Amino acid sequence: MSTRLATGGRLLNRDRALRFTFNGKQMKGFEGDTLASALLAEDQMLMGRSFKYHRPRGIVASGAEEPNGLVNLGKGGAFEPNARVTTTELFEGLTAESQNHWPSLDYDIGVVNNYAARFLPAGFYYKTFMAPRPAWKHVFEPFIRKSAGLGKAPKDRDADTYEHFYAFTDLLIIGGGIAGLQAAKAAGEAGVKVLLLEQTSHLGGRAPVDGVEIDGALAEDWIAATQAALREMDNVTIRTRCMGAGIYDHGYVLGYERLADHAPRNDGPRHRLWRIRAKQIITATGAIERPLSFAGNDIPGVLLASAVRDYVVNYATSPGDRTVVVTNNDDAYRTAITLKEAGLDVPAIIDARPEGGGALATRAAELGIRIENGKGIAKVKGGKRVEGVALCAQAGEGAVLEEIACDAVAMSGGWSPVVHLWSHCGGKLIWDEANAHFRPDAEKAPTSHDGLPFVSVIGIANGEIDTASCLEDADSTAKSLAKALGGKPRRSSTPQAGGSDEVPMLAVWKMPQGASRKLRAKMWLDFQNDVKVSDVMLAAQEGFESVEHTKRYTTLGMATDQGKLSNINGLAVLSDALNQPIPQTGTTTFRPPYQPISMGAIAGEARADLFQPIRKTPMHDWHDAHGAYWEPVGHWRRPYCFQKPGESVEDAVAREVKATRDSLGLLDASTLGKILVKGRDAGKFLDMLYTNMMSTLKPGKCRYGLMCTENGFLTDDGVVARLDEDTWLCHTTTGGADRIHGHMEEWLQTEWWDWQVYTANVTEQYAQIGVVGPNARKVLEKLGGMDLSKEALGFMEWADGKIGEFDARVFRISFSGELSYEIAVPAAQGLAFWEALIEAGEEFGVTPYGTEALHIMRAEKGFIMIGDETDGTVIPQDLGLHWAISKKKEDYLGKRAQERSHMTDPNRWKLVGLETLDGSVLPDGAYAVSNDLSRGQNSAEYANGAEAPINENDQIVMIGRVTSTYHSPTLGKGIAMGLVEHGPDRMGEELDFPKTDGSVVKARIVNPVFYDPKGEKQNV
Amino acid sequence: MLILTCPYCGVEADETELQAGGEAHIKRETVGSSDEDFEDYLFARQNPKGIHFERWRHVYGCGKWFHVARCTNTLEVFGTYSAQTTEPPQDIRDKISGKRPGWSWGIFS
Repeated sequence: MSTRLATGGRLLNRDRALRFTFNGKQMKGFEGDTLASALLAEDQMLMGRSFKYHRPRGIVASGAEEPNGLVNLGKGGAFEPNARVTTTELFEGLTAESQNHWPSLDYDIGVVNNYAARFLPAGFYYKTFMAPRPAWKHVFEPFIRKSAGLGKAPKDRDADTYEHFYAFTDLLIIGGGIAGLQAAKAAGEAGVKVLLLEQTSHLGGRAPVDGVEIDGALAEDWIAATQAALREMDNVTIRTRCMGAGIYDHGYVLGYERLADHAPRNDGPRHRLWRIRAKQIITATGAIERPLSFAGNDIPGVLLASAVRDYVVNYATSPGDRTVVVTNNDDAYRTAITLKEAGLDVPAIIDARPEGGGALATRAAELGIRIENGKGIAKVKGGKRVEGVALCAQAGEGAVLEEIACDAVAMSGGWSPVVHLWSHCGGKLIWDEANAHFRPDAEKAPTSHDGLPFVSVIGIANGEIDTASCLEDADSTAKSLAKALGGKPRRSSTPQAGGSDEVPMLAVWKMPQGASRKLRAKMWLDFQNDVKVSDVMLAAQEGFESVEHTKRYTTLGMATDQGKLSNINGLAVLSDALNQPIPQTGTTTFRPPYQPISMGAIAGEARADLFQPIRKTPMHDWHDAHGAYWEPVGHWRRPYCFQKPGESVEDAVAREVKATRDSLGLLDASTLGKILVKGRDAGKFLDMLYTNMMSTLKPGKCRYGLMCTENGFLTDDGVVARLDEDTWLCHTTTGGADRIHGHMEEWLQTEWWDWQVYTANVTEQYAQIGVVGPNARKVLEKLGGMDLSKEALGFMEWADGKIGEFDARVFRISFSGELSYEIAVPAAQGLAFWEALIEAGEEFGVTPYGTEALHIMRAEKGFIMIGDETDGTVIPQDLGLHWAISKKKEDYLGKRAQERSHMTDPNRWKLVGLETLDGSVLPDGAYAVSNDLSRGQNSAEYANGAEAPINENDQIVMIGRVTSTYHSPTLGKGIAMGLVEHGPDRMGEELDFPKTDGSVVKARIVNPVFYDPKGEKQNV
Repeated sequence: MLILTCPYCGVEADETELQAGGEAHIKRETVGSSDEDFEDYLFARQNPKGIHFERWRHVYGCGKWFHVARCTNTLEVFGTYSAQTTEPPQDIRDKISGKRPGWSWGIFS
């Protein structure tokens, strides 16, 4: 069993006990514990269940690479799934629950998958969930959804806060082990600005656990001294609990600082995302130990040898009383020695190398530990916990020589440098045959804006296995970078470390090397996603030769640990199966972040009210106080309608339409884009921008215009007013103002840069109010001021003047079909003008109306709306807007595109009105179905037994669709617009529109102008 | 995330301040051009792994469009220059030649 040792634990504060719960059970640990070490100390080896087979899973590692120890952490607003127990620091009151099991961790129904494992090989999902189609909806999808995902999704709003932090530095060092510290010291002494990030809570990395000596002192003392020296340097900043998450272009780095995970609080952010720009970056990210592939290597109690050492030395926690060590290198002997010195039993060290180990092996033998060279583990015995191992010859096929009873296994397959950050931004790797790992290829470093490398790697992350060369590498790299950054490195000597006398490791990818199929099917590569040696071999056999394909087919390395333990072993097995060298197989792509980072940290402060700035018109607060039912339009908020107490939205809209048509409505049109275009060549420019002629417009007049993209498609519309000889004011749609202003600038700056034209987006300088309805003129005359009679200001004219006390620019334009004035006043006068109109309009029953009434009234008049009738595939000609397309102009944006054969095709769908026979409202976006059975190969029943032709893509032939559809309060029935094949030539024809409920609505093609077709009401 | 220097205001701008505008030095085709030429103008773009000339706009800064000569593979930036030109300036072409002898891009080399 795993337990707490009576003495030791370099990171523990035994004076401070902490209480926590796991699956509701009260437990106790110490300050300095991780959740992993505290659970082990309470003999809680079983942590969860694996993804596919629901096999019992225990802790394997002690750091970020841990694949199994994932829990649901916290409750309510602090709930978080998939928290890694090895990187979760213990705090008072922590609550954790294990994942992926039902009904309980100890007894899990899903484990039946385990017994069916031979029927669930790689690609099982792809092979099984095929036909028949209906099974997808009712059988496969519910099954996959139920089995997908490990943790639970949080239900409550995150109660914590998060922040972003910007930092600039000369040199960024990622990793605070001895290499990172030495680099920081060397660079700091040279005077350059240094930022050092360390993902754990303590500096120094593995050196103290490994018993390293530096400059004749214990590593622990050297680390303390170096830390003290760094603290004295003002140019050096150190952040612990801060992970270097990703390296990006031109020295951009994301750091992820966990400020409060170890001590939850309410007075500050939980995580901080560092957005760093560094001139040079050093990664000193260390290495991760690899598991060995032997049968049963996933049984709880089998751990990495380095992790066993960490638990004993750092946390005084022993994973077992009797631990068998199995290795292919010398390093694991340190674990055996550590265990022995802690008074624990090591029944045997099983070394796959026929000649065995070096000095450390001699030391182990002196301690009386049995060493078996050239041997391997044939099989681990046990279910939820290791009970023993079966010994075999590594060279053989797994014939059992002897069984050794034990309750833990410490395995080591060698070390893989953490090359993730190096690789994020294009650094390449080379295969190191001697150490059987990939390490950074210094010749192929990531390059920056100057074409020169900006990332360097030091220490074991650079493949430097022994301490002395780690420190030397760190010192010389930091000094040369500091010099290049303008610093003055000191001529200090490199700290000396005792050279170790180690025998080279031996690459072991399967144990034993000739393992039978049965054994291979129990050799785990990816513990979390349940990928075994046999799965990778099957993938190779089935033709998945690329490592990227094999990854996706088997899900190797696709779990939340992203293959930190499994990748190298997996691609070695793949290489072996393909009979090719490992470098030829290569690695999968390393992508940031190195470890999952919280969504909260990514969002930072951008949540709730700060998520997005909201644009408000000067009358916004008035609307809010008068029942506005808000609708987002771009970044604006506009009233959809104004609800009276107790009134439904539908009733409010109908009331607003009727009141406007009968008497007087007011619309806040301030959001409409307003762009000034001025200059000697402004007319010429607008002639290129709009499909119609704007240069001939007389000052004092308005003209409706259409703008197309160079691809010919309609992109925006609005009324243009000519203010004077060289000035035009272009109105755009609400959502289009910034886009169209950008569009204008792009053409002016990059194509017609010799034309003298200036543009200014003055949208927010004005409040604009639509005064609409038969009494519009009366209410304005009541306020007094400028002459607004028909004779003084005709339809499609504008004038400047005073209305009451307000400075007004009055446009006589109408988007409703009624007598209408759109009046712009300086933004500061907007609210007062609005309130004056409300007061003066009282006798006419003045009614503020919202966007929905606006939409209905424009649809009743057959006016198009950008975004309803257009969707980026519609040209003005489709909408019957030929009258707004100049035939005299040689060129305009989109003209050439509109000449293309597909654009002039007579079969293009064209705009018509649609009127249901039963008066109902057509569903938005509904399609019209052809009833001409000669138009397809065969026919299908689509609704209520009706038949329709089928095209070559096995789809019902469609002949049109609804683009706008409303209930018209004015006409008391449903009205719609739509695009229909040969529509304008088919007036009076009836079309079938199937609905999603299986019924069919019939609608007649009519003129799209439903209301006042002669335009008599607006021109009075 | 790239850093580019705006040639108008001189600011070293992060990519978040900028808007990408695709390939530079495209000649506008319009009324009178053939279907093939017009199609190329609208849709055909180079996608090199190496030297590339691009349009960028300093959209959250001075608002100006400018051109960039850079390597899409190594992320090296050879220079930024005015958008109001039909070809890359000689000094930038020389700089590229110094580092990548024999380079070519479209009609330029």
